[in-house]
Amino acid sequence: MGGRGGGGGGHHGGGAGGFFQEDEILGKAYDATLTRRLVGYLAPYKLWVALAIVLLLVQSLAQIVPPIIAKEIVDQAVIPAVSGALARDDAFARLAVLGIVYLVVLAIGAAIRYGQTILTTWVGQKAMYDLRLELFRHLQFLPLGFFDRNPVGRLMTRITNDIDALTDMVTRGVVSIFGDIAMVVLISGAMLILDWRLALVTFISLPILIALTAYFRGIMRESFRAIRIRLARVNAFLNETLSGMAIVQLFTREKPVFDAFDTLNRDLLAANQGQVRAMSVFQPTVNFTRNATAALLFVVGANWVMDAQLSLGTLVAFWQLLQNFFQPILDLSEKYNIMQAAMASSERVFRLLDTHSTILDPQRPVELPHVRGEITFDNVSFAYNEGEWVLRDVNFKITAGESVAIVGATGAGKTSIISLISRFYDVQKGRILLDGVDIRDMRQADVRRHVGVVLQDPFIFAGTISSNIRLNEASISDEQVRAAAQFVNADKFIERLPQGYETVVTERGSTLSVGQKQLLAFARAIAFNPEILLVLDEATSSVDTETEHLIQDALAKLMVGRTSIIIAHRLSTIQNVDRIIVLHKGRVVEMGTHRDLLQQRGTYHRLYELQYRAHEAESPMKSA
Amino acid sequence: MHSSRATLLHYLGQHKVKLLTGILLVAGSSFVAVLPPLLIGRIVDALTTGANLDLIGRLALIMVALAAVENVLRGLGRLRILDSSRRIEYGVRNDLLAHLQTMHLAYFQHQRIGDLMARLTNDLQAVRQMIGFGILMLTNTLMTLLFTFVSMFGVNTKLALITLILTPISSYVFWTIGRRVNRRFEQLQSQFGDLSAKAQENFSGIRVVKAFSQEEDEIRAFAKVNRDYLNKAVDLAMVNGLLWPAMQFILGVALLTILYVGGQDAIEKQLTIGQLVQFVAYLQLISWPMIALGEVTNMIQQGAASLGRLQHIFEARPAITDPIDPVTTPIKGAVEFKGISFAYGQAVVLRDISFSVPAGGSLAIVGPTGSGKSTLVNLIPRLFDAQQGEITIDGIDVKRYPLPQLRRAVGYVPQETFLFSVPLRENVGFGRDTPLAESELEWAGDVSQLGKDVADFPARYDTMIGERGVTLSGGQKQRTAIARAVAKDPRILILDDALSAVDTYTEAEILKRLRGVMRERTSIVVAHRISTVKDADEILVLDDGVIAERGTHRDLLERNGLYAAMYRRQLLEEELEVDEEQSEHDKRVRTSTAPEQGAPPRARRIDEMPADQD
Repeated sequence: MGGRGGGGGGHHGGGAGGFFQEDEILGKAYDATLTRRLVGYLAPYKLWVALAIVLLLVQSLAQIVPPIIAKEIVDQAVIPAVSGALARDDAFARLAVLGIVYLVVLAIGAAIRYGQTILTTWVGQKAMYDLRLELFRHLQFLPLGFFDRNPVGRLMTRITNDIDALTDMVTRGVVSIFGDIAMVVLISGAMLILDWRLALVTFISLPILIALTAYFRGIMRESFRAIRIRLARVNAFLNETLSGMAIVQLFTREKPVFDAFDTLNRDLLAANQGQVRAMSVFQPTVNFTRNATAALLFVVGANWVMDAQLSLGTLVAFWQLLQNFFQPILDLSEKYNIMQAAMASSERVFRLLDTHSTILDPQRPVELPHVRGEITFDNVSFAYNEGEWVLRDVNFKITAGESVAIVGATGAGKTSIISLISRFYDVQKGRILLDGVDIRDMRQADVRRHVGVVLQDPFIFAGTISSNIRLNEASISDEQVRAAAQFVNADKFIERLPQGYETVVTERGSTLSVGQKQLLAFARAIAFNPEILLVLDEATSSVDTETEHLIQDALAKLMVGRTSIIIAHRLSTIQNVDRIIVLHKGRVVEMGTHRDLLQQRGTYHRLYELQYRAHEAESPMKSA
Repeated sequence: MHSSRATLLHYLGQHKVKLLTGILLVAGSSFVAVLPPLLIGRIVDALTTGANLDLIGRLALIMVALAAVENVLRGLGRLRILDSSRRIEYGVRNDLLAHLQTMHLAYFQHQRIGDLMARLTNDLQAVRQMIGFGILMLTNTLMTLLFTFVSMFGVNTKLALITLILTPISSYVFWTIGRRVNRRFEQLQSQFGDLSAKAQENFSGIRVVKAFSQEEDEIRAFAKVNRDYLNKAVDLAMVNGLLWPAMQFILGVALLTILYVGGQDAIEKQLTIGQLVQFVAYLQLISWPMIALGEVTNMIQQGAASLGRLQHIFEARPAITDPIDPVTTPIKGAVEFKGISFAYGQAVVLRDISFSVPAGGSLAIVGPTGSGKSTLVNLIPRLFDAQQGEITIDGIDVKRYPLPQLRRAVGYVPQETFLFSVPLRENVGFGRDTPLAESELEWAGDVSQLGKDVADFPARYDTMIGERGVTLSGGQKQRTAIARAVAKDPRILILDDALSAVDTYTEAEILKRLRGVMRERTSIVVAHRISTVKDADEILVLDDGVIAERGTHRDLLERNGLYAAMYRRQLLEEELEVDEEQSEHDKRVRTSTAPEQGAPPRARRIDEMPADQD
């Protein structure tokens, strides 16, 4: 069936590339608190940032040089030569000098601009590299409960798209706004120095520009907001419809669904048209203002040129400066977009960074120099969600080196016991002791170093077979990897692979069978040589008979010489363990050896009949 | 490629008047824009030769008027072109959905939803930009270049030639840099993919990471891909950062050449100062188009690639379609399978399945996971078509009914519940053309036993479902899906393991009510629990794609095969449950002597069986 969206509605986080944010916040393009916190990430690079700003100023300065050179060419070379005040050859010489100066300024300006761009990109990317790494590090130490609540797709969006939006803001938004301001200030300064009266004439356009910008900014903000909200709706609807297409077709809802979509799509079109209209008015209006200002400049300037109060070159220079004066205003909308997206992203990223772990290492951790492997559950009660007890008053003690199987129906709380010993979650009542020490008094890493876990659905990392066995532990030698694989009977299938231990395996281990993945997980656990081994071995489908034998044999060997707790589904396993703990609805109801418990004819007896004997009876038929 | 051009022309054709007038307006504005430099030249010449101020004033007024005309034309043209591109985007989006709605289910299993969404968002955007900004920039660029050069040659051939030579050079430089930028951008994207993959792997495998205390190592590994990403981003900046300085430099050189060569000519009095300034103005006019030519080329290339990907979706043909000669006799509901075999690719799922259910009859299907139960029921409303054999309803091949008629006759409750992010009321009434009457809603809620839960929701049936509303439990979702199917008033009701998340007591209540509703209708029920299927007229036991056993509950128990084994196992399960209830019961009895309103004695009910109750 097509219900990929899972349950009540097919919303996904933006895992597939951030088409829409389920918690899209559309607000201001500038928020002081968020910005201050963001700027904090630039602090380690403040010297570089300062250098980038200096370069920015220098290259802005270089941009106002050409109009001034043009002025000099007109005033110092051409006009005197035309009027006969300057000899032809002298005029040519001046022209050459000015030309060379211009070329040099041009080259230096371009080089500085290039350097500034790369410096800015590097600083911005590096700061956001730090933030991304901080976020990743932060997530590593959040408890498992956090990952139960937050889908992978959502976390992915935070660490990829959201951080990219921030990088955009640092490298493009903020810097270009700085550059624009510098540009406007420098051009104004140059104009004032060249001729303050003509500068004032030019500035007449400023109030008009400010009014125009203020007016259109309001419209633009509303239209960006409308577009983003409506686009998110259109894409969410599309995603849901595509995910639930089977239901749409089965209930012959194609027409009404299409009509509903058309309404959303039409709304989006209207918002887009609104933006197109606004921009189609804004840009030509700014353009017209520029052209009209130029005309005014010529009328007023001409008067003064005639009175010899102003040189012709200066007038030409003003006219050229005017072009650059208006450019920043025309680019406004793009920057606005970048800033708005960045503010929403930073809010989401910071919210994640402000989520704190509830499972912490103690101030003064107890260190066990030597772990024997004794586990005690002392009146443990545990719930994933408040009030919904999964384990109730659980008491048991497992001596060092003992092997224990935990059995019970689905939902009895078996898996929770494994998770608690590794301290993936903290218990609400009672305590769990390792060699008599409460595991909450130890470092999590210390507890986990001594506790090996084999999970039900073995997770395979992208890498090679051997990197999946030793993970990132360089101290585990190639020999140890091989020995571990051999010990758990994984060596045979590994050696049959094209590159043996160096065979590349893909994410989620799609190239390996379920049984092979399980053997690999055994090898991984054994390579770390833990004192305590926890095995989650609930029923998995489709393991061929040969691999099944290898797994059974490996399990038997694994348990020798170390404390082992096994959630078992294989009869062979429960027959081999020293003791069986029977869980029912979160309580320990029976405890003893296989034989004793069978004789009791209680819960275990029924479970045995139901799960183990029936399973044994069924399997030959299945393989047939 | 040819057909994607046809698609493009089709959409452009829908707006051809608007687009063509838009192009004309922009061309007109480009023409008007070429006139002011002439006036500026005249003003400057007037100033050097000492003409009167009236003339200058008049020329300036004309400049303002021209600027007004130019910008009005440009604004209108821009509006028409960009508006058309938005309308085309809207149309393509609608057409894509309409087309996808006709596609068969298997298509959505092959094409990942994420990929389709990428087509519908990123590619559609690229196509829209190609049409909107592409046409706008191309028109503006070409027309401005054309008019400017014509004007330039009218003034001074030498300077015009110099500029003409510089134009393709600069366009080429930007095109080359742009291509390199695109290549490095793709590399950055691929590195972004690695970064995402690493994060995804870590988040998905966080249990293993924590169990083996690999956090620090994972951080190191992530830092490496993160750093590679940083390096790739800087690599991109190395070429991308060249664009503006190079532009500045080339345009600067062009201006310098004009000033230097033109300055010499002015000194030699072969050129007036006004003409020199006029040339500077022309250069300013074409400086942006010189660059834009390179940019618009890249934009069109990207748009064409995206259009090709959209075309791919449009070209996909639905495998399940309406018949050419449809039969429209009303459906009563007699279902028959005749020698049906079905395979997903190479994997055979069903082999030679035959059975029949009379109208109003009931059929149940049981069997282990993967035995083909869901596939079998999916064939009836033609979510898939079988490769071999024939399925008939009322003796007529299902392929001969119009799809809407066939599917209207079938009420389907899928294994995996899919609800939409709309109020509960609309989810229940999803299969209906008109909104449900309150009484119908209550009735559907009662049959599915959803009503008792809804009573606890603050907004009752107006409660929003999904992320923006309440999250329903698995059982509530299944019951909503049952209500949705029942509210459709179908001739044939199919439940595909649709009671798995419902507790046994509620299940019994639902089955009791359904029996009443289904008296006149055909029901086909897939289930794991014996209690769900035992009353069916016929039970099929599927194993590995074949019917291993068939008969009534009693027949199958007597046969003592797969079904009987399943039955015994479930009885034991019941006993465990009863044990629990019993001990709870004992406890309560100990603490209170009040009469108990005991839990439904489900086990006893089964013990009383196997007498059929119909």
